[in-house]
Amino acid sequence: MKFTLSWLRDHLETEASVEQLCETLSLIGLEVESVEDRGAQLAAFTVAYVEEAAPHPNADRLRVCRLRTKDGEVQVVCGAPNARSGMTGVFAPTGTHIPGTGIDLKAGVIRGVESNGMLVSEREMGLSEDHEGIIDLTPGEGEAAPEIGTPFAEILGLDDVVIEVGITPNRGDCLGVRGIARDLAAAGLGRLKPFEPPKVEGGYDSPLAWRIDAGAGDYCPYVAGRHFRGVRNGPSPAWLQRRLTAIGLRPISALVDITNYVTFDLGRPLHVFDAAKVKGDPTMRFARDGEEILALDGRTYALDAETLVIADANGPEGIAGIMGGELSGCTEETTEVFLECALFDPVSVAFAGRRLGIHSDARYRFERGLDPLSAEWGPEVAASLILQLCGGEASRVVDAGAIPDWRRSVTLRKDRCATLGGVPVPDGEQVRILQDLGFEVTDRGDDLEVQVPSWRNDVDSEACLVEEVLRLHGYEHLPTSSLVLDTAMPLPALSTRQRRAAAARTALCWSGLEECVTFSFVAERHARLFGWENESLRLDNPISAELDVMRPSVLIPLIEAAARNADRGYGDLGLFEVGPAYETTAPDGQRQVAGALRVGHSGPRHWAAPRRPVDAFDAKADALKVLEAAGAPVDSLQVSTDAPGWYHPGQSGCLRLGPKVLARFGTLHPKVLKAFDLKGPAVATEIFLEAIPEPKRKGTLRPAADLSPLMPVERDYAFVVDLDVPAEKLIRAAKGADKALIAGVALFDDYRGKGLPEGKKSLAVAVTLQPREKTLTEQDLEAVSGKIVAAVEKATGGTLRG
Amino acid sequence: MQDLEALEAELFAELEAAGDLAGLEALRVSALGKKGRLTEQMKSLGQLDPEARKARGQALNAVKDRLQSAMEARKAGFEEAALEARLATERVDVTLPARPHAIGHVHPVSQTIEELVAIFGEMGFSVAEGPHIEDDFHNFEALNIPAWHPARQDMDTFYLRSDAEGVRPVLRTHTSPVQIRTLQKTTPPIRIICPGRTFRADSDATHSPMFHQVEGLVIDEKTHMGHLKGTLIEFCRAFFGVDELPVRFRASYFPFTEPSAELDIGCARKDGQLIIGGGEDWLEILGSGMVHPKVLENCGIDSSRYQGFAFGMGIERIAMLKYGIPDLRTFYDSDLRWLRHYGFVPLEAPSVVRGL
Repeated sequence: MKFTLSWLRDHLETEASVEQLCETLSLIGLEVESVEDRGAQLAAFTVAYVEEAAPHPNADRLRVCRLRTKDGEVQVVCGAPNARSGMTGVFAPTGTHIPGTGIDLKAGVIRGVESNGMLVSEREMGLSEDHEGIIDLTPGEGEAAPEIGTPFAEILGLDDVVIEVGITPNRGDCLGVRGIARDLAAAGLGRLKPFEPPKVEGGYDSPLAWRIDAGAGDYCPYVAGRHFRGVRNGPSPAWLQRRLTAIGLRPISALVDITNYVTFDLGRPLHVFDAAKVKGDPTMRFARDGEEILALDGRTYALDAETLVIADANGPEGIAGIMGGELSGCTEETTEVFLECALFDPVSVAFAGRRLGIHSDARYRFERGLDPLSAEWGPEVAASLILQLCGGEASRVVDAGAIPDWRRSVTLRKDRCATLGGVPVPDGEQVRILQDLGFEVTDRGDDLEVQVPSWRNDVDSEACLVEEVLRLHGYEHLPTSSLVLDTAMPLPALSTRQRRAAAARTALCWSGLEECVTFSFVAERHARLFGWENESLRLDNPISAELDVMRPSVLIPLIEAAARNADRGYGDLGLFEVGPAYETTAPDGQRQVAGALRVGHSGPRHWAAPRRPVDAFDAKADALKVLEAAGAPVDSLQVSTDAPGWYHPGQSGCLRLGPKVLARFGTLHPKVLKAFDLKGPAVATEIFLEAIPEPKRKGTLRPAADLSPLMPVERDYAFVVDLDVPAEKLIRAAKGADKALIAGVALFDDYRGKGLPEGKKSLAVAVTLQPREKTLTEQDLEAVSGKIVAAVEKATGGTLRG
Repeated sequence: MQDLEALEAELFAELEAAGDLAGLEALRVSALGKKGRLTEQMKSLGQLDPEARKARGQALNAVKDRLQSAMEARKAGFEEAALEARLATERVDVTLPARPHAIGHVHPVSQTIEELVAIFGEMGFSVAEGPHIEDDFHNFEALNIPAWHPARQDMDTFYLRSDAEGVRPVLRTHTSPVQIRTLQKTTPPIRIICPGRTFRADSDATHSPMFHQVEGLVIDEKTHMGHLKGTLIEFCRAFFGVDELPVRFRASYFPFTEPSAELDIGCARKDGQLIIGGGEDWLEILGSGMVHPKVLENCGIDSSRYQGFAFGMGIERIAMLKYGIPDLRTFYDSDLRWLRHYGFVPLEAPSVVRGL
């Protein structure tokens, strides 16, 4: 919402400076978005008189002008064809920034003649595209020339500060300058001038009458209008054009400008029909299927049966509350006018506007709610302006429907500002503020009975009144109170789930991976590679085709990121994210996943640490580290080889606890790398943090430590087994051979090839034996070795390697 | 006894001449071995009379002791020299780089959330979460934003495909639906913050289609707007680490609070850099207000008994301000160089007592 300072002063008597006004506007909730002082920007340009324009001694097209300016006599060289002795123009001295060309004027010598400034054209001033010649302010016969030194901004009417404020959706009443003035007055920055709508007596009965179709009354409860004849619709006067131009509106004709002016001055949208083009009584009715309208924005809109239109015998002539039609619009030839001043249901206007995609000043105001009484004074204000600017004669008012009852009262407890707001505002101040805002207040002892004015449809509860009082009393009076804890120490703030996310993050950082935060949406073609097929997870209005579905895996954006980094020259990297993957749209269809990706080599080239390409076991290690950090029972996990299709089928697995998959890991499938244009190798893991069971043990106690004083003994065994025997099976068998004695089994060799039969491999394990009661004898060792060999043979069909 | 002195002198001369451990061993054998010169002398003691035997025995033992300790000392010297010689050959270039152990970095968004949790945790808030895919009720209706409300248009909502019943889920446009979910299942007093992802269909230099917010909610029987002010001032001072941080409340509007306020903090702009604290400029950092009675009623909470405040702020925004990160869009680009530059080493969980 834009307005100018002089416009504001039409409604507000104030001594306040622009700075004070702006500061206050922002503090009371009408946030100032910009302040433009065009007068100050154009201050250097002033009126000058051309004493003499003599030919340039060295150039046919140039003239040497001797000027009388506010700074005395100045000589400039001018190339404009219309420069001549005795003319009045606009002078810019040396040092002036010329907005139209972006050049800072310098004193110079042009073809041997000194030039100290310039006479400017409209284009150079940034006012128009006109560069036929310099601006000519020479007065016509009998007119007075503007005084030398007069700021050109003053002549243009640009010497008015333009203020733009953001109006929150609840303050429809501030979409007119008067509403803003009222708030400022209530904030103590002046006095609101009285508004007395003019009373224009009609001289005849309108030949057109309003009708509201049965069934349309909820949408349009009331409409008023009047007819005008003998009007002349030329350009509107300069003061009106200036105001509209200042707030960014294009002056069109007196009639149209009047409707715009009232819209911005009083927040009352109006529409004027060329009455000669209206056939039959204008009627509020719903559009019929197949109807369309050429609107004032030059576009044709197809209408539907839920949209209210203003129609006559020719069909729809306007879209209710949104935009008028081109065919019945006023032109310079218009001599008969029919005025529309209606009340529309805000909700219906909002929906219709959204369906049609039309943004207009009228819709903006109607959907925020109008002052219902504006339907009473609107036709008077409009008539007064039309008669004043276009002449002619006004009919008596015609109307249809009834103005809905807007009266309501709200009770405000006198102590509520203190109990809800924390500010004990004196009773008298509460009453003063509310009255300044137009509320009628009755003191009922402990309470105030507050009658809400017609223009404040947003105020419907005690809390609203508290806000009105507090914001105008000033939020600077809010006390600074500390919340009191119910307990001396705060209780834990995080759930197990939240702590697990933090643990996963820390574990992956310590493994050398960088944390990323990536979008929840990805490209469908990428998502499909990760099993996406649930159409309900498709965005209806994506911002781009590359971000059109909810991601089924955290890995997708990480792989994209790796490809981007590789393009920048960083091909070896590790990235992770702890974030959501989406399976369904239900609240529990969102899984919290730690995804980690490693690409390229295991580390940088180093003189002592050989590097190698990353492999599935890097991913497995990442998974196990996260699971351990998150409190999963890692010793009880089993590995299965059924990871989904985005992994390499022979180099991937799932870490399971019974049927529950806690994580998957492995080399990424080559077709995935190809789709993402990423050079491998690349390995990844996805850890499902919510799948980890809740810790079983409650409390903080730990079991007693079992620290045997006896030395542990380590024994190595190598077994020849079939190639397809999983190592885990062998390790498990060895571990289970004597649970009391065997403290650990570590696999340290996986050998295949020479020296072994076809189809076989050799797996070697180091078994740690922890004696508990006595040192182990040779017989003890032999006995346990026998058990280990037997258990492994039974489980794997393998034999001890000779 | 003169023969003994001569023998001792002879042995010490040989000791002096011994150049290494082998020479020393040869001397030991020739002096103290089975047929050694001193051993032989010892053997001959038996032929002497007791008087002379005693005197000569003492003298012999003294010579033996002196020789032995001299040989020990010599031996230690040789060993020392041998060790030094070995160590000299074992010299390495300690300026060579150590074996690499890369440590990754925590993303500024995660770090900022941890800091928020640490600060609000001290004030008795716990952390609540909710789904990103929301329904109309939780994201809008319950928050007093009916379908026709102009605020809906300002939100640039992302919608998902309608389901069989024509219900169209939304991506939550703010973290406020977590308020609703908490209010629905909890009896006051309530004191929560809800950090998390939010989504708006808007993308340019200062808008991202996904970003993070943190929501705060306090509901009890006595909390008023002064507590909101106190809480947010405490937060700002702790978070930005500026003791005398000027703050101001401006009236504003949110459908789910009444009265509503935006909070500005004082800042200065110097050489294109934004400095938090002091200065003559104001910077808007969050929206807040007293929870609208309708919101409480929509969640089945008696608004004549309970009241409280809510606030919401952009996590990237406060992270950018605190850590001087210039561009919002870089947060989601996962540029390795950026992650390493702006990320945090995971050395300790942020906490107010340790300092933020």
